[in-house]
Formats: sequence, C-alpha cells, structure tokens
Amino acid sequence: MTQVTDVQRLVQGVFHGEKRAIARTISMIENNEPEAQKIISLIYQKTGRSHIIGITGPPGAGKSTLVEKLAKELRNRKTTIGIIAVDPTSPFTGGAFLGDRVRMQDLSTDEGVYIRSMATRNNPGGLARATKDAAHVLDAAGKDVIIIETVGAGQSEVEVVKVAQTVVVVLAPGLGDDIQAIKAGQMEIGDIFVVNKGDRENANKAVTDIKAALELSTEERSWKPLVLKASALTGEGIGEFVESIEKHRAYLSKGALDLQRRANAETELIEALRQKITQTIIQDLRQKGAWVRATERISAREIDPYSAADNLLKQKAKPPKHEGVQA
Amino acid sequence: MSKKEKKIRVLIAKPGLDSHDRGAKIVARALRDAGMEVIYTGLRQTPEQIAETALQEDVDVIGLSILSGAHPTLFPRIMQLLKKKGMTDVMVFAGGIIPEEDIPALKKAGIKEVFGPGTPTSTLIEYVRNNVSK
Repeated sequence: MTQVTDVQRLVQGVFHGEKRAIARTISMIENNEPEAQKIISLIYQKTGRSHIIGITGPPGAGKSTLVEKLAKELRNRKTTIGIIAVDPTSPFTGGAFLGDRVRMQDLSTDEGVYIRSMATRNNPGGLARATKDAAHVLDAAGKDVIIIETVGAGQSEVEVVKVAQTVVVVLAPGLGDDIQAIKAGQMEIGDIFVVNKGDRENANKAVTDIKAALELSTEERSWKPLVLKASALTGEGIGEFVESIEKHRAYLSKGALDLQRRANAETELIEALRQKITQTIIQDLRQKGAWVRATERISAREIDPYSAADNLLKQKAKPPKHEGVQA
Repeated sequence: MSKKEKKIRVLIAKPGLDSHDRGAKIVARALRDAGMEVIYTGLRQTPEQIAETALQEDVDVIGLSILSGAHPTLFPRIMQLLKKKGMTDVMVFAGGIIPEEDIPALKKAGIKEVFGPGTPTSTLIEYVRNNVSK
C-alpha cells in the first residue's frame, strides 16, 4: 500500500473510524509487519471502551447467521459494531476459505458495521494470533460492540475467554445428550448459552440438558449462566438474546469487569513475553555455537533437554565473551 | 514481532442476479489450495457490496464471476466504486460467460484479465501470483 504508509497517519485514521485505515492496520498486525507493535502501542490507551462479545460453538450450529441477527438487533438500538469472523487455515496448504460473510450480507453496506474475516493461520484455540489486537483496533476506532466469532470450535477451543467480556456458546438441537453437556471445555466458558435452530424438534430438550448440566456445577460463580432458545432463521428469541447480553454487561459493570480486565491484562502480558522470549532469546541463542552443541549432545543422549536449556539460559545471562564455553 | 506472514487475500464475488456459483467456488477452492486467503461473498452482490467488502477485508485481488450478461454495466460500476474508496492498487480479474467483443471495454474500465470457461486453475493461480500488486 502506498498512499497510507505513515504509521501516525494510519493511527489517526483508525481513531476517526476510517475504514481504509482500520483495514490496513489490521492487515499489518496480521502480517506481523515491523510497524505492528508501534501501532498497538499508539492505540492501546484508547482501547477498553468496547463491549467484546465472543461467539463460539461447534461448526454448523449457526454462529454466523446468529451474529447477523444479533448485529441487526443491536443496530436497531443505534449501536456501532465491529465483527471479526475467524475461519480455519489449512494446515496443509496455508490457504483459507473465509465464508462467514455469506451469512452476513445484510450488514455489508451498513455504515455502522465493520466486518473482517480472519484466517487462524494455524493458531490453536479457535482464534487467530491477531484476533485480539484486531479487536483493539476496532475498539480504538470507536465501535460500541465488537463481536468475535470463533472457528467452528471443538470442545477444548476456549481461547475466546481471554479476549471477550461476554462469551456466548451457540449450540443446536441434536448435538449431544446430557453427558456431552457435562464435559469440560466449551461448556465451562459460556456466560450465555444459546440453543439456536429453536424452530426445530428437540430444541427444548437441548435447553433442559444444558440447564441440568450447569446445575451440577459446584464451582462458586457469581454469574449464573443463562440458557435460552433462539432461531436465527425466524428471528425468535433474538430480542431475549440481546437482553441477556445486556444483563451480563450490567453484571460485569458491578465489579466483575475490573477483575476480568486484570486477569486479561496478565494473559496479554504473558503472551507478549512469550512472543518476545521466543523471538529474541531463542533467535539469539540459535545463532551461537552453543545451540548446535546443545542439540548434538541432546540427540546423543549425553544431556537431557531441560538441563541443556538451563545451561543455555545461564550462559545467556552472562556477558557475551563466555559464549560457547559451556553447552 | 519480527517474522512477516504476508498472505495473498482474494475476494471472490458474484455480482448480478444469476445464481450459478459453481465456477466461483472452483476458483475459490483452487486459490485456497494455492495457499491464499479467499473470502467468498455469496450470490447476488451489488457493486456497492463488493467494493465495500473489498475495502473492509483489505484484499489484494478481486475475482468477479458473472454469467448473467450484466458485466458491461456492473463491472465499470465496481471499478468506479473501488477507485472512489482509494483502492486503486487492487488487481481485478473476471470470469464466467463474457463475449470476446466485450473484453476490450472491460479492460479499459480497469479489469486486468478475463478468463473464459475451461481455463485451467493452474493458469489462474499463476496469473494471480504474478500480477498481485502488493
């Protein structure tokens, strides 16, 4: 891109909600361009205003269709919206087919809605590495609500809890019985459970099963997850869905949000550190002779990987002249 | 953050009122398998929807698939809207049922290439890789 290269100008564009600037900024973050960190540092102070809603659930539960209905209902209430829809990257070719917009066509020319499709680029957990930072961009751009739709998630894809303030698990009738509902993972992260396709047979049974499973929880939680039935097809229950989100938001504002923010801040810090450690320390160590020696010794079973790692780190802490002496 | 992870982002769009998207899906799938990130719009998109989607998704390439014969009206309109939104560096190609004699006018309007039925997907992939401007 040639016309907007200056980071400052780009960031100003984001603050003014300019779509071109938002789009370019998200791409730069996604592509891990050198300016990405600078951009995040410039926008971070203006974030923390949006309500971030995570929508997760198995493939085919109707997440995208439900997101469209949710967004339309929120638009009726004059809320501005950013949507990040994540779909999987092929682990074999690195390519991705991003099809969530097909279900959101009514939103595509609404000035108050910004939709971005994002491939996981093989990040585990149901989100892309860049999802959280892209949400920061939309937040800084002044969106009232940000909806993050995860990939069609399995039982243990729960990364969305680290990003969203309100987590919605979307299920559909016929996906499993009360035994499935007791299992760990996704069933533990929902603040709101929506049984979509509520127009179908067995929808009430699914609601009962989920409620029963949640009743078994012995965990002390000040928020009791809401379970409701909706149909993205007919529009039934969408009003109630929005009310539930509002209820959860009101609950968060009475103190829980601060706790959640602090926990999320810690997660963000740990993740940033992990990235830095991998990228700086490992890359640095790799260039030294000690690295090769260490791998050779491990593969020859002369030393175990944990002790070798300790040695490398000890050496890293010393001045450079000692390098390569010990492996 | 040091390792760059640039991918070619492609929008495959179906302007106009025909409902045949087998070609569009084959192209989308082939580009996906070539390692690109392909966004599919679904059927019956207006030029406004296509240009707006391209903007929000920050795509490098747009592929337009049409079989209805409305390309002489719709394609120039899409190109105009892209220009208006500042997306002058996005590469646009087209496919579907497009008569030979219509092609010069479409190219003049900014469509970079037109592919007819029977084009091998490998030709297309190579074309996209070689002509993406970013």
